[in-house]
Amino acid sequence: MPELDAPKGGFRLAAVDREIIDKLQGDFPLCEYPYAAAAESLGITEDELLARLKCLLDDKVLTRFGPMVQIERMGGSFVLAALKVPEACYAEVAALVNALPQVAHNYRREHALNMWFVLATETGPGIAEAIARIERDTGLTVYAFPKEKEYFVEMKLAARV
Amino acid sequence: MSGPLQLDATDRALIVATQGGLPLVPRPYQVVGEQLGISGEEVMARLRALLDAGVIRRIGAVPNHYAIGWTANGMTVWDVADGRVDELGARVGALDFVTHCYRRPRALPDWPYNLFAMVHGDSRDEVHEKAALIAKLLGADCRRSDVLFSTRILKKSGLRI
Repeated sequence: MPELDAPKGGFRLAAVDREIIDKLQGDFPLCEYPYAAAAESLGITEDELLARLKCLLDDKVLTRFGPMVQIERMGGSFVLAALKVPEACYAEVAALVNALPQVAHNYRREHALNMWFVLATETGPGIAEAIARIERDTGLTVYAFPKEKEYFVEMKLAARV
Repeated sequence: MSGPLQLDATDRALIVATQGGLPLVPRPYQVVGEQLGISGEEVMARLRALLDAGVIRRIGAVPNHYAIGWTANGMTVWDVADGRVDELGARVGALDFVTHCYRRPRALPDWPYNLFAMVHGDSRDEVHEKAALIAKLLGADCRRSDVLFSTRILKKSGLRI
């Protein structure tokens, strides 16, 4: 998995791409020709929608297009965790952490706890195993912040560029 | 909602086949079905059941929020009195600009915060303005707070089972 940089600015989406992003974050049709159905609601052709989705994925404007799984509903767990990583070995630690398939995403943040990642596993014990592995590989203490209560989740943001 | 859903082997195979994205072809469910040895109709029916059960949150575009203009991403964290956090967490989660809101354990002495709310903007000032609205809502029930901005996406593959 390559590292993704934030765009440097000056980047603009075409109006139709903005509309694709804003309108297709959920409710993708479950029918035989779903791209054709979605394209019709956007006023474009199926071919254009497929081509634009391919470009948006290739350009990493979209990280993927498909189902978003809520692993807890199938008996798995999500846990937010953090590390205090010395700057001198930040890249090395990031590579070790990212190498674990249980790490769904990982962000650098400005704080003494400067690496924040989400562990997602199909089984409860998988989290403890992943934490033990990271502690062994990096020699650092993992701060685990399991969710105790969810008040709201809706990661839908309209395109602003 | 009830407890976790027991998925059968075909549901699991369906999630594995689609978690990286749906095929960009006119009949994606048909293509996925061919991989799994089931019909496109059965793929759609199973996806519908997984959506209804909440195992799949939604099907559609997953944007890289930096790339669509949300370049300032702040994890706002709050130390809220234990007896008040559930009522206040629900109110913070209901704010229209909060995309995720959770209660998590503190890790004293390093980490005194128990309420996490993700706030996004196209500038840090915008995130700070939104955080100020949360601070106002929490009032004297919040003892301390911080905003941790992400400065780099190290990994964003999403869940992989």
